[in-house]
Amino acid sequence: MLKRLRSSTLSAAVAAALLLSLAGCGGQDTPPTSGEPVALRMTVWTGNENHLALFNSIADAYVAANGDQVSSITFETLPYDEYTQTLTTQIMGGNAPDLAWILEGSGPEFVDSGALVDLKPTLQAVEGYDLDDILGSALALWEKDGGVYAYPFSNSPFGILVNTTMLTAAGQPLPGELLASGQWTWDKLLEIATGAAQATGKAGFYVGGYESYLAWQYLAEAWDAWGAAPWSEDGSTCTFTDQAMVDFMTWYHDGVYEAGAITEAGVRADFYAGESALTTAQISKVAGLDGSFEWDMVPLPSGPAGLQPVIGQAGVGVLTQSDHSEVAADFLAFFTNPANSAKLAQYFPPPRQSVLTVEVLGAANPLLTTEQIEAVVIGQMSDAVTLPSHVKFAQVSDAAKIALDGLWTRGADVTQVMGNICTAIQPLLGS
Amino acid sequence: MVSAATPRTGRRAATRRPSGRPRSAIRRRDALVGYLFIAPQLLGAVALVIAPLIAVLYLSLHDWNPLASTFTFIGLDNYTKMFSDPSFLDSLEASGYFSLGLVVLNVTLALALAVLLNQKLPGTTAFRTFFFSPVVVSLVAWSIVWSFLLQYDGGINGFLSAIGVQGPNWLRSGPTAMASVIVVQVFKNVGLNMILFLAALQGVPMELREAARIDGAREWRVFRSVTLPMISPTVLLVSVITVIGSLEVFAQIAVLTGGGPGNSTTVLVYYLYQRAFKYHQFGFASAIGVVLFLIVLVLTLAQFQTRKRWVHDEV
Repeated sequence: MLKRLRSSTLSAAVAAALLLSLAGCGGQDTPPTSGEPVALRMTVWTGNENHLALFNSIADAYVAANGDQVSSITFETLPYDEYTQTLTTQIMGGNAPDLAWILEGSGPEFVDSGALVDLKPTLQAVEGYDLDDILGSALALWEKDGGVYAYPFSNSPFGILVNTTMLTAAGQPLPGELLASGQWTWDKLLEIATGAAQATGKAGFYVGGYESYLAWQYLAEAWDAWGAAPWSEDGSTCTFTDQAMVDFMTWYHDGVYEAGAITEAGVRADFYAGESALTTAQISKVAGLDGSFEWDMVPLPSGPAGLQPVIGQAGVGVLTQSDHSEVAADFLAFFTNPANSAKLAQYFPPPRQSVLTVEVLGAANPLLTTEQIEAVVIGQMSDAVTLPSHVKFAQVSDAAKIALDGLWTRGADVTQVMGNICTAIQPLLGS
Repeated sequence: MVSAATPRTGRRAATRRPSGRPRSAIRRRDALVGYLFIAPQLLGAVALVIAPLIAVLYLSLHDWNPLASTFTFIGLDNYTKMFSDPSFLDSLEASGYFSLGLVVLNVTLALALAVLLNQKLPGTTAFRTFFFSPVVVSLVAWSIVWSFLLQYDGGINGFLSAIGVQGPNWLRSGPTAMASVIVVQVFKNVGLNMILFLAALQGVPMELREAARIDGAREWRVFRSVTLPMISPTVLLVSVITVIGSLEVFAQIAVLTGGGPGNSTTVLVYYLYQRAFKYHQFGFASAIGVVLFLIVLVLTLAQFQTRKRWVHDEV
């Protein structure tokens, strides 16, 4: 009897707990009845008080005008490094936000998987939204089958940050002068980085984002000037073995191990602490400079394939799992309309041509001169390409990284390593 | 409590007490009281351990991508795919290296330190504190500090170059990366095992060792034939918790190497994390979880099965 009682109690407890835990896997809050104001939530990766204050002021204006539909809008900050993982976990747990920022690398995966709502009907229906004002190059990543699945609210071009104090001390020419005289090339950058490293004993150059040799997609800031790409445009064929990529990787490898200009894997050199002469960066990074040395910001240099501006992008979309996707899409249309885009442009270089002006960007980036903003941001935006992305980006990126690690030793065979990368990622690309 | 107050009676009284209440009813009430006492712990274990364990088993039979909102029953496909995935076999190998290195180094060093501390020498308290303090330090903070020390131009290579030695790029070459992660983990937890061994050593009766010495045994012989067998239950305990802990390593890998260089330090749990939270293959990751559970179970059972051969109070 006792045994039966024990086993039945235990079984019931296990079954109840299992049901509870499984219910959490796919459960959704019950949608409110129509007409009842709803609370919206947007996940973001910024914790900057000024950014959040601006978002809240736009949200307050929307709630004031649409109190019958929306009761409140909250912005939830998730840590940048774990952003996509945390967002996915929320979706998995049945706690998906209504709107979310999406990183460009995982953009195609979100668009392709059906996780995002097509915003085009809503954006077209809103009077004065002017969808055509948004640069086609900025929108490309977020479009599929004629639909628009996110608004590319941030389009920040990469440029080169220069420690002019260090270069001057090392007796090297300044990139600003080289740019003016039409000699601003990647080879020249490597040359002055080598000179600076030898003269000062500090680092010469590192690709911002790839300093820890993990996120290789940031190398695209440089390799686009070689005409190199990791895979074909449709994402189905590995192109690491193409001559342009082999040439770039040879240049980079020589820059590390022959010239001693580029920081080696496992070495930390922080440009913002004055430990490196040059690095690639977006304009927002200028805020991290404390005035302990003189600096300049110039556009990316040109390479064997000419000049190729590169932007880092982020989108904001509405999740299909949201119970209030229609209201959320309407808020997104308000959040990104021409008037609010001009406000957002204070912090995030906008995709709207009408607000892509020196005045707007200059007000938000007082450390940059008008010339720097024109050269680094405005002059580059229309021709810019984004960093690599793919429907299976995380998987492909990890597989490529594992093989690419083989390149970071003295005397490594570039062609062989590029072949290894294609062997590793082609099955993923082709499937 | 009721049964403790009940006097022992003969067989007849066992079925019916003088008060007239059947003994089975008392037993049931005792059991109920007992269950109520353990209920908080049991509920926690069911909700947080047993139910997720069963759920993981269930999920491992599905293709679940929350991003695409797909949840399809696929039978044992995840297991078939896993065993044919070279990355899985690589991660098994990496876990094997890590566990072997960690268990051997940790248990040996912990025992050696405990034996040293068991001597009546000045400064043992400070020494004990020194080795135990990393146990209470945050694991992530510990790993971050070590990542600075182990970088190519970091503290350790700085020290080595001061004495004329060119240190390797510790975290960027396969063999040294794995060795570094193992050593960082050993220093983190050796203090705990050391304390467990120390407690066991202090429980070994002095007269047994003295008797052995009177019989002519030297110190090594005393240790091998008297002390070690006496502390063998603790050796079993330490081995089991260290093996289980070694298979659960994650934070150190994530902070120090990110599974690299290549995939040389991608252990099973890191592989599981990649599949679940980076690739959104939660069904596949659940299957890895099930396999990891079985590995831990088999290793633990194996250790318990073999205990009769070497744990003295099991003989």
